[in-house]
Amino acid sequence: MIERNLPAIIPLIFLASALLIPILGLWKKRISFPLAIFATLFSASLSVYGFIYVIINGTVRYNFGGWIPPIGIEYVYDPLSSFVVLVINFVTLVVLTHSYIPVTIDLEVKQTAYYSVVMLLLLGFNGMIITGDLFNLYVFIEISSLAGYALIAVGEKKAPFAAFRYLIIGTIGASFYLLGIGYLYFMSGTLNMSELAAILPMIKESPTILVALILIVVALGVKMAIFPMHGWLPDSYTYAPTSTSSLIAPIGTKVGAYAMMRLLFFVFGAEYFSKELPVGDLIAIFACGGIIFGSVMAIAQKELKRMLAYSSIAQIGYIGLGIGLANPFGFIGAVLHLLNHSFMKATLFFIAGNLRNKTGNSDITLFDDSYRKKYPWTMASFTIAALSMIGLPPLAGFFSKWYLVLGTIENSKWLYLAVILISSLLNAIYFFRIIEKVYMKSPTQSKDSGTNNFEIKRDEVSASMLIPTMILAAGLIVIGLLNVVIVNQIYKMMPVGM
Amino acid sequence: MEILQTYNSIIPFYAIIVSIIAVPLIIISGKFPNLREFWTIFAALVKFGLVLSLLPGSIEGKAAIYSLLEIAPGIELALKADQFGVFFALIASGLWIFTTFYSIGYVRGNDERKQTRYFASFAVCLSATIGIAFSANLLTFIVFYEILTIATYPLVIHKENKEAISAGRKYLLYTLSAGVILIAAAGLTYTYAGTLNFNPGGIFKSIKLSQGSATVLFLLFLAGVGVKAGIMPLHSWLPAAMAAPTPVSALLHAVAVVKSGVFGVVRVVGFIFGPEMMYNYGLNNILLAFAGVTIIAASLLALKQDNLKRRLAYSTVGHLSYIVLGVALLSPSGFSGGIFHIATHATMKITLFFCAGAIYVNLHKENISELNGIGKVMPWTMAAFTIGSMGLAGIPPINGFISKWFLGAGALQADMSTALIILVLSGLLNAGYFFPIIHRAFFREGKNLEGYGEASPLMVVPIVIMAFLSLLFGLFPDLFFNFFSTAVNVSSSVMGGFLR
Repeated sequence: MIERNLPAIIPLIFLASALLIPILGLWKKRISFPLAIFATLFSASLSVYGFIYVIINGTVRYNFGGWIPPIGIEYVYDPLSSFVVLVINFVTLVVLTHSYIPVTIDLEVKQTAYYSVVMLLLLGFNGMIITGDLFNLYVFIEISSLAGYALIAVGEKKAPFAAFRYLIIGTIGASFYLLGIGYLYFMSGTLNMSELAAILPMIKESPTILVALILIVVALGVKMAIFPMHGWLPDSYTYAPTSTSSLIAPIGTKVGAYAMMRLLFFVFGAEYFSKELPVGDLIAIFACGGIIFGSVMAIAQKELKRMLAYSSIAQIGYIGLGIGLANPFGFIGAVLHLLNHSFMKATLFFIAGNLRNKTGNSDITLFDDSYRKKYPWTMASFTIAALSMIGLPPLAGFFSKWYLVLGTIENSKWLYLAVILISSLLNAIYFFRIIEKVYMKSPTQSKDSGTNNFEIKRDEVSASMLIPTMILAAGLIVIGLLNVVIVNQIYKMMPVGM
Repeated sequence: MEILQTYNSIIPFYAIIVSIIAVPLIIISGKFPNLREFWTIFAALVKFGLVLSLLPGSIEGKAAIYSLLEIAPGIELALKADQFGVFFALIASGLWIFTTFYSIGYVRGNDERKQTRYFASFAVCLSATIGIAFSANLLTFIVFYEILTIATYPLVIHKENKEAISAGRKYLLYTLSAGVILIAAAGLTYTYAGTLNFNPGGIFKSIKLSQGSATVLFLLFLAGVGVKAGIMPLHSWLPAAMAAPTPVSALLHAVAVVKSGVFGVVRVVGFIFGPEMMYNYGLNNILLAFAGVTIIAASLLALKQDNLKRRLAYSTVGHLSYIVLGVALLSPSGFSGGIFHIATHATMKITLFFCAGAIYVNLHKENISELNGIGKVMPWTMAAFTIGSMGLAGIPPINGFISKWFLGAGALQADMSTALIILVLSGLLNAGYFFPIIHRAFFREGKNLEGYGEASPLMVVPIVIMAFLSLLFGLFPDLFFNFFSTAVNVSSSVMGGFLR
């Protein structure tokens, strides 16, 4: 029975815990962390089970309140949504474990509220992924965005301003989305995704549909932070507390990317948006712009979190490129990169968090080879994640690039191919810059530390921060070697007829 | 053409993994140098033994294959110890044994820091090199090729001074760029041919590929493997990388890394494009032009270097292109001469680098202008140096003569007198940049050399053995491991059935 209800259970777990945490928090503040972990662990295990079930038995559809669509709201647990739910919840589990210490230090008094809002954020994300209804998707976008603004705003001094900026841009994006689905509803009379997909081929000649498509792509582009709609991202990631940035950076933009894939591939259809209209090409061109822009800006940054934020813009470009290519290899590349990047970015933000935890900052100019002696495992994880970001085999990052390369060749898009290759080199520049410092720059410049050079003792972060970092770094090797297993499942996630 | 027989065997995998297994052991025993070095020596001997055990099969034309896992749909991370692979693996793993002993003498005599990192990276490099040798397809090749790039980086920047760091940056810029270009080339090949498996005679046989696409693809490949093979204008990382400790320059920048590039050229020409396609589309002429220019230009540049290691580096650039030239001739003798030069250049150039390192450790001299009279102080070392440089100049009976002879014969077979002229000219230039060193060492009076003698036996013995091997290979090319007949066999498997 549980599998028939899975699509509803996972969001409900987060809704229940979001309400439960503040109530129980009144009684005992410390209970909020175990509750949040428990809820995430529970839904992560359910999503493992759900993914296996869906792969074996096929799609599960759930009608809320027993109302049949188009009147009721339908939740759809198909291979793609169950995979993304699995990725999101697993990464969140690891992130929450890691964030125990940063949250207690940064947000001592606010932790009950913090974890409650985190649960709301996850409710929003999981809902966005599972729902099969366009308006319901809007609701969940709003839930996750509002929670996101709050989580960012509790950070450093500049954080509220960054969050406010995000709020303005995000709200405009959401309004575009609402407008877009409004048009679709007027034209088709339904908000259910699968029904709409069936109706659209009959009415696709209408310019209204085209306008709706553009509005929706722009709106989800904002959520996904695809260039040039990325403006909210760098400040938000930089000034948010460590725990928030390591939560939102790996999964937040990915959910936006997923929503875009869902609507473009499963509702509008690859044929329509990429062959009949040049929308796929437009997305790919903007994605390429983002890849180059993000990488170049990342090279210019002096602060690790900010560098990672710009790097995120570039990496989201890869997913955008895969979507824009709209061929099977592009689809595989996009989905695989969604997984890989969530692992890589989480690892890297963990490392920024670990350094902030120990030294109070993550300023790249201050890095030197004492870091390697003090935090050997953190830095080893950094090296693995960096090499994966550059795309060196046999690490995970190589394979998503490999499929994207095949996708660009299949469409004979030589410019995109060049962009992918050049961006690997740009990645190498900004990551080796750090690796070089950490492994070679002797700390003799500052005179007081130069003398006790040999007394540098190992000073690694505590296990609750280190182990999550290393688990994800090891995951990059495992995903790389076993990518075929994953890719074989991705074939099952493709829309029919691809 | 005879069909290559295969049999399943895990030995190629063991041969690769053995030095990776040694890495944690090396790191754990970092505080006990003797134990740490024991692991390296042990791994080197086991590795060589494993590779050697594959030799009898490969001579009979049977290749050991082992498939690890599927790494991309339809493409396996697969190993195949064919004759050419075993040939290259034998050279790399055999020379690693000597280099290890020499390294111990060098790093201890020179009091290098971070020795553990040095030996650990060295072991990873050797794993990657053997992986390259045994790669059954292009994607496996790329995996090991990139691992080699990264594992060599800590060795290039070993000294951690400004020069080393900028050399490291240059090295990464060149090799990583080459890596991404190679990935693009692999993607295109996969799209066109539907397979990436190396196949003697090429994989495009049944596929119509237009002249334009083939040329673009070939140029991409050339850029991808040409950086490590030091083909001009992609060579300039190599002289810069001489900032690395000398054993690294000796084994990696004269044998393992650069020969991996050349190995890649042979794989691309012989096992992906195939001689027919190379010839029909005139791709061999592109390769010939690059190789010819590189040979002459590198020799001229070598003439004006005063730093001994840099002179050797430019000489390496030139000699790597001998191999490329031999392959590009697309004639049986040229091909086998080129492949044989992989082995001969290895023994000769490693001798010379070992000598340069011994001089540096002993006298702290790097420049040729300071080498007056050292022949009297370090007679064994300089005698070995003489043998090595005579061989590189192509003087019989050193082994360099044999490869050059066959390269020359290949040029005639292919009716390319230009190639022959280039070879003769380059021989003269080789003599021109090596013999003044010998002249200085033996016939000029040195200053302040009292009290100096030979370097430690750990260094001198490998030097003498290497020089002796060069001589022995020159007299009896087939004495060890059938090196010469292997080169001929590889050549005939690739060239079989190809007529101009």
